[in-house]
Amino acid sequence: MSILIKHISKSFKDVTALKDISFNVNEGELFGLIGPDGAGKTTLFRILTTLLIADEGTAFVANYDVVKNYKDIRNHVGYMPGRFSLYQDLTVEENLTFFATIFGTTIEENYDLIKDIYVQIEPFKNRRAGDLSGGMKQKLALSCALIHKPKVLFLDEPTTGVDPVSRKEFWEMLKRLQQKGITILVSTPYMDEAALCDRIALIQDGQILQIDTPKEIVKHYPKTIYDIAASNMYELILSLNEYQYNHSVYPFGEFVHYTDKRDDFNPEDLLKFLKNKGLKNIIIQLTKATIEDTFMELAR
Amino acid sequence: MKTIGYIIQKEFKQIFRNKAMLPLIFVLPLIQLIILSNAATFEIQHIKFSYVDHDNTSFSRALIDKFDASSYFNVITYFSSGKDANLAMLKGEVDVILEIPSHFERDLLKDKKTNLAVIINAIDGAAAGVENVYINQIVQNFNKNAQANLMQPSDYINKPKTIASIPSFWYNKTLNYKTFMVPGILVLLVTMITLFLSGMNIVREKEIGTLEQMNVTPIKKYQFIIGKLFPFLVLGMLLLTVGLVIAKVIFNVPMVGSLGLMYVYTIIYILVILGMGLFISNFTDTQQQAMFIAWFFVVIFILMSGLFTPIESMPQWAQYLTEFNPIKFYVEVMRMVMLKGADLTDITPLFIKTSIYAVIMNGLAVWSYKKTN
Repeated sequence: MSILIKHISKSFKDVTALKDISFNVNEGELFGLIGPDGAGKTTLFRILTTLLIADEGTAFVANYDVVKNYKDIRNHVGYMPGRFSLYQDLTVEENLTFFATIFGTTIEENYDLIKDIYVQIEPFKNRRAGDLSGGMKQKLALSCALIHKPKVLFLDEPTTGVDPVSRKEFWEMLKRLQQKGITILVSTPYMDEAALCDRIALIQDGQILQIDTPKEIVKHYPKTIYDIAASNMYELILSLNEYQYNHSVYPFGEFVHYTDKRDDFNPEDLLKFLKNKGLKNIIIQLTKATIEDTFMELAR
Repeated sequence: MKTIGYIIQKEFKQIFRNKAMLPLIFVLPLIQLIILSNAATFEIQHIKFSYVDHDNTSFSRALIDKFDASSYFNVITYFSSGKDANLAMLKGEVDVILEIPSHFERDLLKDKKTNLAVIINAIDGAAAGVENVYINQIVQNFNKNAQANLMQPSDYINKPKTIASIPSFWYNKTLNYKTFMVPGILVLLVTMITLFLSGMNIVREKEIGTLEQMNVTPIKKYQFIIGKLFPFLVLGMLLLTVGLVIAKVIFNVPMVGSLGLMYVYTIIYILVILGMGLFISNFTDTQQQAMFIAWFFVVIFILMSGLFTPIESMPQWAQYLTEFNPIKFYVEVMRMVMLKGADLTDITPLFIKTSIYAVIMNGLAVWSYKKTN
């Protein structure tokens, strides 16, 4: 077991950040912590990386207790905070060398681990970290977090504020790292990234809503979801919200995700209702639940 | 050891890469040294002097001429009445009014005594005291001459014996104020720069988030702290060196004592200041907060250091407080060693006090620095 969390709670003055959190992450797993801003993701990361001490509960990372064996943990985990936290006035190469030295290693020693990532930023190795683009900064930060060949990698919202292409590349890199046997705990507010994890935990207001593989989480969705579109999106949402049998109405891209309270729901009834409301080009079709739908349902 | 070396290397890189930093560290303080040493003087000169002469004799004019000739008194203004003179004083146009009574010459000749009214603007009490002394000196001098001229030979028998004191000014023969101020201002600069830089350095890492990244590494507390503070020790010593060169070349301040002793003491002193800076940065979250706290201490320490005002004239409780003021120690040591040529045995008590201070400050700083919160 790479990460073992038992009944962790943490409060800051009058705010409860984490309430009785328990879960495990298996060795070599890519585990996602999915939740909105303020859900407690960063607090949990800080506890697991020994920067914060929990009020209650125990946690083990790579079989080390986060309180008693914090020194060992610091030698064996890599942490990439949500905010870019490298020296902006040092160059790419200097940053990497600096962190390698602090961990008592060299770039050459673990070069094979970071090679895939580092080759992409190597052309800019003499550029100051502060002058890099968002995606490059992420790659440098990941390289620095990996330079000492950690057993467990903590990534706190690594793709927030990164363009879609870099995001995709970043997740491909994570997949490759996972194949090298590194356990990865990653948090993200993006539901589409959740599907790329082996298992995910949905977290909100300091509580775990559900833990499972992305496929299972979606399977557990209790309702039938319909994609609904019409010529006027805004009118459509207003009308659906007026419809007395609606269970949930969420805009989802070009469609609205709709669920009905009744088990014997007939889309024809809804179509009639919407036509009466004066909407045109109405499309109603069945669709599959996504993680976002599940999250919204659980968070209700 | 290798880790410490690398952190030091990194710190220096960052200092030298910051284009605004080097001029700030070296040029500004030196301009301050040159300007302050010339400007911060307590010698009272250019006293705005005025007089009201009710006597209008050659004798009273001779007294006025004495003031005119003195380099301390400036712009002699004449007022026809005491009322006008008082009004001018109220407006701040004059500092001193000398009122010569009518029959000044006659009374002096006839009764062998007369009175002069001297009015001094005493808002600045210290300056007023000095002005009073100057005026007395001139009047007494005039008096002596007058006695010699006016007295009849028969009067000599009754003349009282006088005691004259002949002062001899040691360590600063010419009473050059700069000789006194330069070592003090040098102290001030070394202190401010090292305290501000060290106080804000770690806070800066907190602000930009790099401290969090450092805290998850296996780096040891002492390695990080030594690595962070050592560059500022070096900078402080460099600053002292440049300051001493300026003191010698521009101000020609005598350097009687051992330079080695000054440097050794400065190392211990800077350790105190760096410990203080680190301590401040442990309790603040932004550079702004650190700056304010550092200023608070620097201002108190400077004003209570004996740099500008003598400690002997402070109230008793304040004098006790100055016993805990590291800047006071340093000012004293610098003045003693530079001007009086004090050796190690002379400054041993201060040396010991400063060393204890260094141990306590750095102990507190290391103790309060936490990698986990």
